[in-house]
Amino acid sequence: MIASIHAWSTIASAFLASSVEAVEALTVVLAVGVVRGWRSALLGTVAALALLAVLVAIFGPALGSVPLALLQVVVGTLLLLFGIRWLRKAMLRAAGVIDLHDEGAIYEQEFRALSGGGTSALPASRTEWDAIAIVTAFKAVTLEGLEVIVIIIGLGAVHGLLVPASLGALAACLLVAAAGLALRHPLARVPENSLKFVVGILMTAFGLFWFGEGVGLVWPYADAAILGLMAILAIASWLGVRVARRRGERVAIPGASA
Amino acid sequence: MNVLTRAVRGLIGLFIDDGRLALTVIGVLILVGLLTQFGAAGGALAMALLVAGTIGALLVNVIHTASTVTRQPTKTAKR
Repeated sequence: MIASIHAWSTIASAFLASSVEAVEALTVVLAVGVVRGWRSALLGTVAALALLAVLVAIFGPALGSVPLALLQVVVGTLLLLFGIRWLRKAMLRAAGVIDLHDEGAIYEQEFRALSGGGTSALPASRTEWDAIAIVTAFKAVTLEGLEVIVIIIGLGAVHGLLVPASLGALAACLLVAAAGLALRHPLARVPENSLKFVVGILMTAFGLFWFGEGVGLVWPYADAAILGLMAILAIASWLGVRVARRRGERVAIPGASA
Repeated sequence: MNVLTRAVRGLIGLFIDDGRLALTVIGVLILVGLLTQFGAAGGALAMALLVAGTIGALLVNVIHTASTVTRQPTKTAKR
């Protein structure tokens, strides 16, 4: 029962987190493909995926030789930092302190930048190789792909759940790629901020759990404690957003804080 | 060198957005690690310190940021 909860929460977390990263990569690749040609955009994407595959092939097997406690501490720390970074940003967005993530606006921004704007010449033909397009697509896919790898390792490495975590991530990437191919438009309707909020809570809960186990803490109810940590984080985040919103309003109204 | 520096910065950026929050969280983790290693705190106390310390650091950071940052007029946001 507990193993099943763990496996499914790992798959769901990997799926949600990877879908956010895939949507972000897709936005850039779409802009590159539409403006500078699909040939170069796809070459940059394939090259990045190849680099990521090489990194996984080199470092993946090495994980098995790391002592479990050390792996738990390192993975827990990285996952905690990663999750809390997302959670902080999602809370600030939910409180209206910073603006919501807008894939449509980011697409327009990339589109304008890649269209030249007087600084970079467009390729003479959309079928010729274009260094700017290749590098832009390569950078976007590599960066977002690295985040996906961190997520998979963080969620799956410690309890031997790398395969379920990878399957969740792969399903998300394929789904986003298929949606991108079908729509040929950034997936602006994906509720990215809500997803980041949920994933931030999941990652932070997993991070706290792994770090605690790594330093020798025995969590009550074993792996099910992750669910409790998620609940505590959700309540604390909700309260934090409410307080931050009120504080922000006081700052926005001159003299209100006096 | 420039490419390597940018790659390292990008890698660090995956985990650290706000330096103060990251340092506080790392401080909490080190404290919990030391307390448990030297047996200075019981399991329940260390657990409470880990959870409350991390969540407290996050809440203080978010509320402090909300109190100091002026709201932006545009809709676009960084990733």
